Amino acid sequence: MTLSSLEIEALQLSLQVALCAVGVSLPLGIGVAWVLSRKPFPGRIVLDGFVHLPLILPPVVVGYLLLMVMGRRGFVGAWLWDTFQISIAFSLQGAAAAAGIMAFPLLVRPIRQGLEAVDPKLEQAACTLGAPPLAVFVTVTLPLIVPGILNGTILAFARCLGEFGATITFVSNIPGETQTLPLAIYTVVQSPGGEAAAFRLVIISVVLALGALIVSEYLTRKTRK
Amino acid sequence: MSRFPALHVEIKHQVESFKLQAEFSATPGLTAFFGRSGSGKTALVNLIAGLATPSSGRIEVGNVVLFDADKGINLSPERRRVGYVFQEDRLFPHLTVRGNLTYGQRFRNEVTRRHHLDDVTDLLDIGTLLNRRPEGLSGGERQRVAIGRALLSSPDILLMDEPLASLDSARKSQILPFIERLRDDVGIPIVYVSHEIDEVVRLADTMVIIDNGLTVAAGPVENIMSRLDLRPLTGRYEAGAVFSVTVAGHDKTYGLTELSFSGGRLWVPALNQTMGHKMRMRIRARDVSLSLSPPTNSSFLNIIEGNVLEIRREAGPQTDILLDVGTPLIARVTRKSIAAMRLQPGTKVFALIKAAAIDRHAMGLGGTRQRQIS
Repeated sequence: MTLSSLEIEALQLSLQVALCAVGVSLPLGIGVAWVLSRKPFPGRIVLDGFVHLPLILPPVVVGYLLLMVMGRRGFVGAWLWDTFQISIAFSLQGAAAAAGIMAFPLLVRPIRQGLEAVDPKLEQAACTLGAPPLAVFVTVTLPLIVPGILNGTILAFARCLGEFGATITFVSNIPGETQTLPLAIYTVVQSPGGEAAAFRLVIISVVLALGALIVSEYLTRKTRK
Repeated sequence: MSRFPALHVEIKHQVESFKLQAEFSATPGLTAFFGRSGSGKTALVNLIAGLATPSSGRIEVGNVVLFDADKGINLSPERRRVGYVFQEDRLFPHLTVRGNLTYGQRFRNEVTRRHHLDDVTDLLDIGTLLNRRPEGLSGGERQRVAIGRALLSSPDILLMDEPLASLDSARKSQILPFIERLRDDVGIPIVYVSHEIDEVVRLADTMVIIDNGLTVAAGPVENIMSRLDLRPLTGRYEAGAVFSVTVAGHDKTYGLTELSFSGGRLWVPALNQTMGHKMRMRIRARDVSLSLSPPTNSSFLNIIEGNVLEIRREAGPQTDILLDVGTPLIARVTRKSIAAMRLQPGTKVFALIKAAAIDRHAMGLGGTRQRQIS
């Protein structure tokens, strides 16, 4: 089966959005997971709840909140536009932001579980061997949580590929700009006689998701050796 | 020898209701922290390593101040140059043995690296394990790798917190020689935590007794072990005076070895040691009998003349007597005998020691207690 330009565009966009979203949120996710698992501080429950919010809020609500904050007339978005002429609304970056936020709890949770399973005694040992805190993190903690990181990454990636509600609310459904696979499916289903086209897009989605799963499984096995 | 003590500690520390107060200096060589479980030995080692911070005081290793509350000095653990061998080996599971061993080296530049990987693997006999993962190693191998890892970080002092505690006695006796080699060949001060008097007598030069968070006594092992007032802490049943001896001869016919010490000679069951080998042995107080005149026609092989130095007053039927036989010796006898013999400080006596009572265990050689003549 050869792909139409619309299908290729949607596929490329979806991959770009997901990779961009996961790439940017991964370091942040590791940082947040570390803070949540290692640093008891008064506002921890609040941060924990905030991170998990996208999991329990309707995606449309998240998209609407993003629009209010980051949209060109939102209070952060307006400032960004006035000072730097930058806006992420109605763009690929916006789609990535929406997807990244929706996927964030799924990214953080396995990494956090991994961190909680790391024995602090090993980090202590590294420290007595002369390793400064950052080196301890990079040479001991990080390698030990690789399975958690892989797990979180793949969950987040899959969630990003499937993101619909927050995306369509925040960045709309612009072919070639913000029309990812789910939005493209939604569009063709809306038009009369679009079942065949929709089915093709569904197959692409399934193949993409399975591919991600296989890659993650492969990497997890490799790190266990 | 430097004019600084190898280790000087005077600190106060409090964790919840547990108070720790320590004050001692140690000479180069091996310093044993001896005390019951929960007496604060590990807590003290953690303070030296910088894993916890005392509320006041000073800690010095050689001429380096690691901690000084008054001057506001508190080096972080990674800057203290202490090698810490933990009770559990704490090897990094994601690294090979080689990766574990060389872990600390990357934080030392070439100039300050004191030991070479090959020398350390030779010393600890772990050269064949280099490409394996910690999970595949036996307990004894893991602990040896942990010792090598600490050593290769080029520490100024090596802290060993009951490194043999998790091993069975056969494994223990395999590792003890490596620790002796470490003490004799490597030449860095070692702090060795233990609640086994055998290990302490065999390994230690300096002994620090810790009881209930307090350093009760510190000094050369021979001195500490001959103090009657410390006997409740050094272990009444197993403890006794410690002799420094040299192998002086072997009697193949009867399977005996002759040892010389500063007050004379002793016959013990055959030891597999070369002539001139120096070692320390413990003569349990309960294995020493006293007589006012040298017994004739007795089975005692070891009859040593000496004077009573001190008689400890105790409520029970038995009590400890400190003798001078050229070196301190402790005898445990009944109060009835003391009265019958009219013993008092200055009385000339003969100490009778059964050769068979001095077993491998008393030599700190470990292994089976009754294996004497091979």
